Amino acid sequence: MEKSKRIGKVYGIVQNLVSVKVDIPIMNREICYVVEPKNNTRLMAEVIKVNDNLVNIQVFESTRGVKIGSIVEFTGSMLEVDLGPGLLSRSLDGLQNDLNKIDGVFLPRGSYNSPINLEEEYEFTPTASVGDVVTGGDWLGHVKENWFEHRIMVPFILAGKYKIKTLKVKGMYKVKDMIAVIVDVKNNEEHVVTMCQKWPVHKPITNFADKKRPFKPLETGIRTMDTLNPMMEGGTGFIPGPFGCGKTVLQHNISQYAAADLIIIAACGERANEVVEIFVEFPELDDPRTGRKLMERTIIICNTSNMPVAAREASVYTAMTISEYYRQMGLKVILLADSTSRWAQALREISNKMEELPGPDAFPMDLTAIISSFYARAGFVELNNGNSGSITFIGTVSPAGGNLKEPVVEATKKSARCFYALSQKRADSKRYPAVDPVDSYSKYLEYDEVIKYMGANISDIWVDNVLKIKNILRRGKEAYEQINILGDDSVPISYHDIFWKSEVIDFTFLQQDAFDKIDCYSPIDRQKFMVKLILDICDANFNFKAFSEVQDYFKNIINNIKQMNYSEFQSDKFNEYQNKLQELIDEKRVQESV
Amino acid sequence: MSKQAFQKVFTNLTSITKATCTVQAENVANEEMALVDGKPAQVVKLVGDQVTLQIFKGTSGVSTNSEVVFLGKSPTLKVGDELIGRFFDAYGDPIDGGEPVEGKEIEIGGPAVNPVRRKQPSELIATGIAGIDLNNTLVTGQKIPFFADPDQPYNQVMADVALRAEVDKIILGGMGMLYDDFLYYKETFDAAGALDKIICFMNTTDDSAIERVLIPDMCLTAAEYFATVKNEKVLVLLTDMTLYADALSIVSNRMDQIPTKDFMPGSLYSDLAKIYEKAVQFPEGGSITIVAVTTLSGGDITHAIPDNTGYITEGQLFLRTDTDVLKVIVDPFRSLSRLKQLVIGKKTREDHPQVMNACIRLFSDAANAKTKLENGFDLTDYDKRSLDFAKDYSTNILAIDINIVVDEMLDRCWELFAKYFGKHEVGLKQELVDKYWKA
Repeated sequence: MEKSKRIGKVYGIVQNLVSVKVDIPIMNREICYVVEPKNNTRLMAEVIKVNDNLVNIQVFESTRGVKIGSIVEFTGSMLEVDLGPGLLSRSLDGLQNDLNKIDGVFLPRGSYNSPINLEEEYEFTPTASVGDVVTGGDWLGHVKENWFEHRIMVPFILAGKYKIKTLKVKGMYKVKDMIAVIVDVKNNEEHVVTMCQKWPVHKPITNFADKKRPFKPLETGIRTMDTLNPMMEGGTGFIPGPFGCGKTVLQHNISQYAAADLIIIAACGERANEVVEIFVEFPELDDPRTGRKLMERTIIICNTSNMPVAAREASVYTAMTISEYYRQMGLKVILLADSTSRWAQALREISNKMEELPGPDAFPMDLTAIISSFYARAGFVELNNGNSGSITFIGTVSPAGGNLKEPVVEATKKSARCFYALSQKRADSKRYPAVDPVDSYSKYLEYDEVIKYMGANISDIWVDNVLKIKNILRRGKEAYEQINILGDDSVPISYHDIFWKSEVIDFTFLQQDAFDKIDCYSPIDRQKFMVKLILDICDANFNFKAFSEVQDYFKNIINNIKQMNYSEFQSDKFNEYQNKLQELIDEKRVQESV
Repeated sequence: MSKQAFQKVFTNLTSITKATCTVQAENVANEEMALVDGKPAQVVKLVGDQVTLQIFKGTSGVSTNSEVVFLGKSPTLKVGDELIGRFFDAYGDPIDGGEPVEGKEIEIGGPAVNPVRRKQPSELIATGIAGIDLNNTLVTGQKIPFFADPDQPYNQVMADVALRAEVDKIILGGMGMLYDDFLYYKETFDAAGALDKIICFMNTTDDSAIERVLIPDMCLTAAEYFATVKNEKVLVLLTDMTLYADALSIVSNRMDQIPTKDFMPGSLYSDLAKIYEKAVQFPEGGSITIVAVTTLSGGDITHAIPDNTGYITEGQLFLRTDTDVLKVIVDPFRSLSRLKQLVIGKKTREDHPQVMNACIRLFSDAANAKTKLENGFDLTDYDKRSLDFAKDYSTNILAIDINIVVDEMLDRCWELFAKYFGKHEVGLKQELVDKYWKA
């Protein structure tokens, strides 16, 4: 394909949808640039429809000032990202521009750059040998990026068998320097390998041996997730909830405390100040496991709600492609997208402008297919060299009017395995995190391999205990409804007992203070301890004479356990509160006669 | 907005609808302004040599041989210190009888702030209203709407907030405002001697509805001037954003776009976000804070306008009349300021976060007790105490006619705790109880 002189002319404009008259072959989803005549600014755009000699393109920025007849230059390639060392800790926009490289306070139109620094030198250490037969994604060596070994891989596009002809020795090299020459075993064609490669974002990277069912729990330090509805390495989940229920706070908590090598945050069409919070806090906060700063393991893809809508759609794909790149290095990656509804809305805006026949709520007809094929890119994989890597994907959904029957929630429900329902009612009474323990689910609790893994690594009765807790919560809810209908004194005292036991679980286990230094992060050992403590209370028979005693007694218990939550695990203070709690329990407990 | 010499005149109108006309013309840029028989209009669609213009004041009187003059620029505002104390219409032309403003001409609706250049908001804006300062603290660079029914006194509360807040400039954007309310604001600001820091862009119900779509961008372009060039703290008041969104839906309807929920355009979220996200704390000290009004119909926040707004803004404030004490309060349950975490307990006293939460929890216990009472059940001693607490809390802390500083609010809360509850019932951290409990 000849790359020069592939030019068309603008024929029509409606907002950021532009139709272009061409007399050259055009590829769908090809990237092109519209030249705005007044300031000679080149605006990036993507082909979304071809119709005879008229091509529809969506411009990633405002088309203000573009005229009929303005020049459009076609590039011949799809939307691609640069993959190579130096992506870590960066803040990128949806089209992978490094936001820190853009001058000035405002984002000028038509300003594009690559986050990969071509001048920087990295120390390359070869791990493969000349003569080895390799294929796309295989490791040739590594360079240091922050704290980990960034693998230099055979370009993913080279899917056949290749023999390494030359390989550089240990030394300092620039990103675009030749690292190796490999020869196609079939036709002896030579390929030069550098540290950097391009990849189209809409295409999954699949250079791995096998994709397995997730089986290893992913610790997040959030009790209501880890214990009640656990997420797995390589799993998928979504968090729907009306505004004000704490979706973003929950995601931030996951990004801070989850046990992953790498966190990629796609801030997709949400508030800029929320991203600023990450910019400000992550360079300061420590990763509780490694002691390194959180920013060292984070990449932020940021397309906030006031940034161009069309680039919003690209941003989630950019984030996923970068995640896949690092998964190929054998890393545990968590990808968080906030919010996938904004992405769906971007699809809707485009489809609307193209005058396509709309599906439900004017979303495009293929919304479900688009969402599920995106979620399918997550997963736990085994690489060709025996290592494993994973992408855990958790997306938030912002349903219109908090209605969980709307198209984006419905579509996501079909693709994600964990469902963390945020409830308005819990948020209104400030019971945070507002994850509803009964409505939410983790399908992974039904996986045999997960039950086996948890039995071996946490405790052999773990899953039973989890189900028991859920059951108490359910019964507490029922009892509460009965009390409300019949009145405090018209129900047996046991109703109050079971209701308040469920409140103990709610207040001391489900609720977690995200803004408290200690309570914000609860490792699995501590959770295991608390589960036992709380189940002991729930299993006990207490001696109450009147219903009015019940509330007061359990409030005392709750208060005591809350103080434990605020104290360092098994510190003197913690133990002191625990002893006090034991006294409280013994005071009212009916001793079972043996 | 006026004609100048050497501008090409086109007179071949090929179609006229209620709000748009199409003219055969060339060398026209997207979003360019034009005059159709002297009426302001903007390019909304280009196909070949057919240019579709949206005429803000409507198309009645426009004929197929009307004169169309293109002005070679998108909507602009001349910015400078001369803006201060002045009142303008949606095009930035004076409506106070004064001279047009001279200054640098800037295209409105400019580019977004680079997120990495934003500073994290960290300065509290005190208003003296406990429902805001104590429970839903406002921060510079924040954007927050009042969700209010049309019969609620939101204009008065907005004016109070504007006058009490310590800011350098107040920019008021009125969209579909009743002329009477416009006069109310004008007189209140005048009486308070605040006109030297007020700038006003006004579209009243006397003006065309479509013009409203320009108001927020006008306000924010002026705000950006004072916040970036002068490094000032700017407070932008936008009322009523529901009427702004209505104008958007009229435009999209005229453009034959497929409506989504509640007949709103599919781009409503992005359109609103473009406005609200102009709220920012700049690194050099200037800031833009937006307080808006979104009127609800019958308190329904699931309607597309408040719903999309809620996803964009950093919280929302609800007004409510507490019928037990007959005072207007900022509803502690439904209101939320997302940025309060950045200042409470940091810029305010350490006990602020926990005291705030405890009060709301106890207030909610009182609400449950009230339901019990209404259903004819007996109340426990705790229920009765929480009801008494709630009345006291509403009257002496929350009511919007009370004007006190945050420390005073916190002290009053501790007094109420001690008056009505035992230490174990408030669920606070032990250290705080030891330090602040009022024996």
